[in-house]
Amino acid sequence: MAASTTALQPPVVAGRWRWLRKHPTLILGGLLLIAVAVIALAAPALATHDPQDIDPLARLQPPSADHRFGTDALGRDVYSRAVWGGRVSLVVGITVALLSTAIGVVLGLLAGFVRPIEGLVMRVMDGLMAIPGILLAIALMAVTRASLTTVIVAITVPEVPRVVRLVRSLALTLREQLFVEAARAIGTRLPQILWRHVLPNMMAPLIVQATFIAASAVLIEAALSFLGVGVPAQIPSWGNMMAEGRNFVAVAFHIILYPGILLALTVLAINLLGDGLRDALDPRLARQL
Amino acid sequence: MGSIVQRVVATLPVMAVVALIVFLLIHLSPGDPAALIAGDLASTDDIARLRTSLGLDLPLWQQFLIWAGKLAHGDLGTSIFTQVPVSELLAQRLEPTLSIALVTMTLSIVLAIPLGTLAAYRAGSWVDRLVMLFAVLAFSVPVFLIGYLLIYTFAIVLQWLPVQGYVRLSEGIGPWLRNLLLPCVNLALVYMALLTRMTRATVLEVLQEDYIRTARAKGLGVLAVLGHALRNAAIPIATTVGVGIALLIGGVVVTETVFAIPGIGRLVIDSVQRHDYPVIQSVLLLSAGVYVMINLLIDLSYRLFDPRIRD
Repeated sequence: MAASTTALQPPVVAGRWRWLRKHPTLILGGLLLIAVAVIALAAPALATHDPQDIDPLARLQPPSADHRFGTDALGRDVYSRAVWGGRVSLVVGITVALLSTAIGVVLGLLAGFVRPIEGLVMRVMDGLMAIPGILLAIALMAVTRASLTTVIVAITVPEVPRVVRLVRSLALTLREQLFVEAARAIGTRLPQILWRHVLPNMMAPLIVQATFIAASAVLIEAALSFLGVGVPAQIPSWGNMMAEGRNFVAVAFHIILYPGILLALTVLAINLLGDGLRDALDPRLARQL
Repeated sequence: MGSIVQRVVATLPVMAVVALIVFLLIHLSPGDPAALIAGDLASTDDIARLRTSLGLDLPLWQQFLIWAGKLAHGDLGTSIFTQVPVSELLAQRLEPTLSIALVTMTLSIVLAIPLGTLAAYRAGSWVDRLVMLFAVLAFSVPVFLIGYLLIYTFAIVLQWLPVQGYVRLSEGIGPWLRNLLLPCVNLALVYMALLTRMTRATVLEVLQEDYIRTARAKGLGVLAVLGHALRNAAIPIATTVGVGIALLIGGVVVTETVFAIPGIGRLVIDSVQRHDYPVIQSVLLLSAGVYVMINLLIDLSYRLFDPRIRD
């Protein structure tokens, strides 16, 4: 008995380790992202100051024991604000990824399976894709009142066409597959076919695409806020913090540097996760995405 | 020849959809477009006057036809804030933006294609790993962080280059280039990452082909073999250059703010704060037009140069 377990176990363990070693980016990205998420969730505990507390006497101070990342132009603690700022980025990244994938799947499936709608949907998507994403987001922010919700909508709209194109191209292949034809032949209704047979076969590429959308959404939110057309200025987001440091590059570079590093690490984590997922879930995808 | 005409005609519906989206933008938002344009401080009378003067009291389809009709004649409307025709405003701001875009593109293409080819040729080596690491990093670090790091290092600490601003080309190519160097290197890092990745992927694939083995077998040198490979990898690389234009335009908007360059990107941001919708709409149309045109030209160039597609 003992002999058989020792004989069987090593290969299993080795197999598991080999899997881990085969996907180092997946592990690294995942761990980094978990770290960022923990920081954002534990913001109330981690922050050493109230992120909104103004202290005019302690303006533009370099990093010190009391202010780990220094203070900004209003004397607010950059470290505490940076810790809270992670929440905005993560919320935007996750919501935009889910929202644009959901909308994209519906439109893409319609375009792939309902012939009369296909042309209309795809022409609108071509038009949306011709406008650079960040410009479209800026324009959408111009016609709405700035809030976290409008930022999320403004970033989601330009991301939808990418999902629609992916879903439609997958749908065109799946539609000809034998199992879909068989389901249709026995009289299964279209919604049932889509839900039971088509959607599950799209999950791998969709998850990978959603990950990359999350990374791009985090970057675009920061860019919008940095440009002054993102989340309202009173919300501590990394982009807002960097915008506030714009005029103090020479005297207080830390205001821009620390939120910038956290932002870069977050996006890097999501991108690594995406690369890892792509290689792990479906090697054939590596070429398409 | 027929296929070329077809491809050109295919851009028309795209631009029509873009025009419709851009037109509907201000009507899609909740609330009264006249109030939106007038801003928070306007009285009810101001709003009413604005509504009639801008024709916002007409039915939507009529408004669209009038707007599109003017557009077809090259009339982009008048800026609400400055009362200057939008086309004039755009013309004033075009030079800095175009300079950044062109220098960035040249820099990226010249550097990215050899770099990607080298990475593919030495796939798996440390050179390859380094190039791929650069590509992942350049995709993740926000453009504006890199921008400020460049400013901090080269303009503030080392004082080699000006911190910010733009000098017109008419004042000499030297000063013009000195001011452009940092913003363009900044943007090129992102654009290069995209091109390098694509070049590496396509060249790597082409290198597996039979004709490459034949070229090697008959004793061609490394450069000649890579020449064969690059010619065959040209189409996906050119396509990426075209698709990347959208990324480049988006990058220019951000970079202009970092480097205080009075270009079209800065104009859009100022216009958002001034509720100057005709300007925003025109910039969207212009950039979509540029994107569609460049991609059309790239697409047509394959048809002209690649006999397999021509037939």
